[in-house]
Amino acid sequence: MKPDPGLYDYLPWDARPRIEWPGGARVALWIAPNIEFYEYDPPPNPQRKPWPRPLPDVLGYSTRDWGNRVGHQRMMRVLDRFGLRGSVSLSTAMCVHHPEVIAMAAERNWEFFSHGIYNTRYTYGLDEAQEREMIEESIATIREHTGQHCDGYLAPALSHSEHTIDLFAEAGGTYTCDLFHDDQPTPVRTRSGRRFVSVPYSLELNDTIVYVVNRIEPRRYGQMIKDAFDRLYAEGERSGTVLCVPLHAYQVSHPHRLRAFEDALDHICSHDRVWKATGREIARHFLDHHYDAFVAAAQREAA
Amino acid sequence: MSLDPRFLQYPQRRHGMDHDRYAWSMLETRAPIAWPDGRPLALWINVCLEHFPLDAKGEGFKAHGSMTMPYPDLRHYTLRDYGNRVGVHRVLQALADHGLQASFAVNGEVAVRYPSPLRRIAATGAEILGHGWNMDHVHFGGLDAARERRWIADTLAALSPYAPGGIRGWLSPARSQSSHTPELLREAGLGWCSDWVNDELPYRFETAHGPLATLPLPLELEDRFVIGENLHAESEWADQCIDAADFLHDEARALGAGRLLALNLHPWVIGQPHRIRHLERVLAHFASMRHALWNAAPSAIASRAHPALAIMRPERTLPYRAQAPRSGPLP
Repeated sequence: MKPDPGLYDYLPWDARPRIEWPGGARVALWIAPNIEFYEYDPPPNPQRKPWPRPLPDVLGYSTRDWGNRVGHQRMMRVLDRFGLRGSVSLSTAMCVHHPEVIAMAAERNWEFFSHGIYNTRYTYGLDEAQEREMIEESIATIREHTGQHCDGYLAPALSHSEHTIDLFAEAGGTYTCDLFHDDQPTPVRTRSGRRFVSVPYSLELNDTIVYVVNRIEPRRYGQMIKDAFDRLYAEGERSGTVLCVPLHAYQVSHPHRLRAFEDALDHICSHDRVWKATGREIARHFLDHHYDAFVAAAQREAA
Repeated sequence: MSLDPRFLQYPQRRHGMDHDRYAWSMLETRAPIAWPDGRPLALWINVCLEHFPLDAKGEGFKAHGSMTMPYPDLRHYTLRDYGNRVGVHRVLQALADHGLQASFAVNGEVAVRYPSPLRRIAATGAEILGHGWNMDHVHFGGLDAARERRWIADTLAALSPYAPGGIRGWLSPARSQSSHTPELLREAGLGWCSDWVNDELPYRFETAHGPLATLPLPLELEDRFVIGENLHAESEWADQCIDAADFLHDEARALGAGRLLALNLHPWVIGQPHRIRHLERVLAHFASMRHALWNAAPSAIASRAHPALAIMRPERTLPYRAQAPRSGPLP
């Protein structure tokens, strides 16, 4: 085990090259709906139980299935209203189980990136070859079912190994969503030396963390998103920032929750200097325009 | 270190579900449901009457609300018992004051221990649902089928005096099932079950003995979950109920498709004197929507939504009178 993941350099918030987003935007906003499949009876992982109750865990399973049966369509209507495209964090088995959901996202020109095959198959315990097989299969499934190149990765159920990011970079990916250390994209060091970045994906504003872990009230969640946006918008005048709102239809789309989220989007979208982007677009823009300057700045900081 | 190869095999990866309990479908792509008189929103209020034994064994797992302190856990035993002594009367009064009807999901042991509130409820003609024997008899994966069959039969036997029209619906303690619960419910003559929270409208659920209907009863809006597990303020819970009603009403109008608001209540939570007025605010809001609401019994809602399942009574039913109600813990 390592005391530090060694993936990125320290770069002080007040000593960075300026990030300029397209159109002079202050904030790059991206919405990341997780479209997931949780298995009824998954093979048990030695390090993490998929369900808290003895199988069948009807409550856990059916809570998540609600998102696929009810939640996605409702969430899509809200995002459509604001002209927001999702960047889908995809359990790629969804392409086989529920291609109807994938078709609705594809019709909207949403981005798809890999979130593993099932959200009940964890990385823990996989050897490097096994993890590579899982990652490559998920990328191939996205290509086969959507025609898209998979640029991003969020490890299934946020379960990682020391090799996860290296393996994804070697499989042709360009960005990771697994790191929460910053409000701007960051160059990420991989063993292959490929140009690879972290795109901020928020854990604090992730609806599942908000509702399941932190047990926050729906209207307060809406207020948290507004507050985060206001601060990033103000600071984005100096250098562009990123606001990501990760979603799960089985949480945010409930009738007692969705309107508070919609109110937050209403607030954000009433501002004009917002770049409504996808994860891939943010990663590419940063790689094309700011990556080299950030690497050089980090080298100066280290020296 | 590596994992067994089956961890990278996906034998259930196929179109639809990874089990055979129900067909895959999305709510908005189904044929719209029309409630009576063109009302956009059906309202089902359910009240759970539960008994939490002092000598909880926690077999399978302990339901939320069960004993947590070293024996004898008088604090939690009596706080739960409060619901059946005091809370239920406040809830019944609040419903009556607002002219709203509810169903009652009742542990069999509650009916044996406390016939008085059951008589009062039966006199209103409210629908009674089976809710398992008590909250320490969860139907967990691995439970022996013969024991589970007996728990279901004893529960229905204890409740049947208060349900002259018969018992058609079921809510398992803690919404937990074993792998054969659906078969046993169907075998016992039940027509629908609310354990699965994966939808907002009734749908067909398969068992080896024929279909059941699932009538979803959301977990994440119920008083016990929001107040008891999330620890939200009572006023916040009331806001959430009101937001849900308004949201579903508006969606039903916008899409021209009936929606269902199902609200689950626990007198041991919401019947406390500092909480009941928040329920009253929710009920007052429902009452103010009266012309848009179809406030109905759950079996009526399930039958309306799923005429094909309106049988709701398989031919085979258990002779409920054959087994005397018991008050002690079951084997």
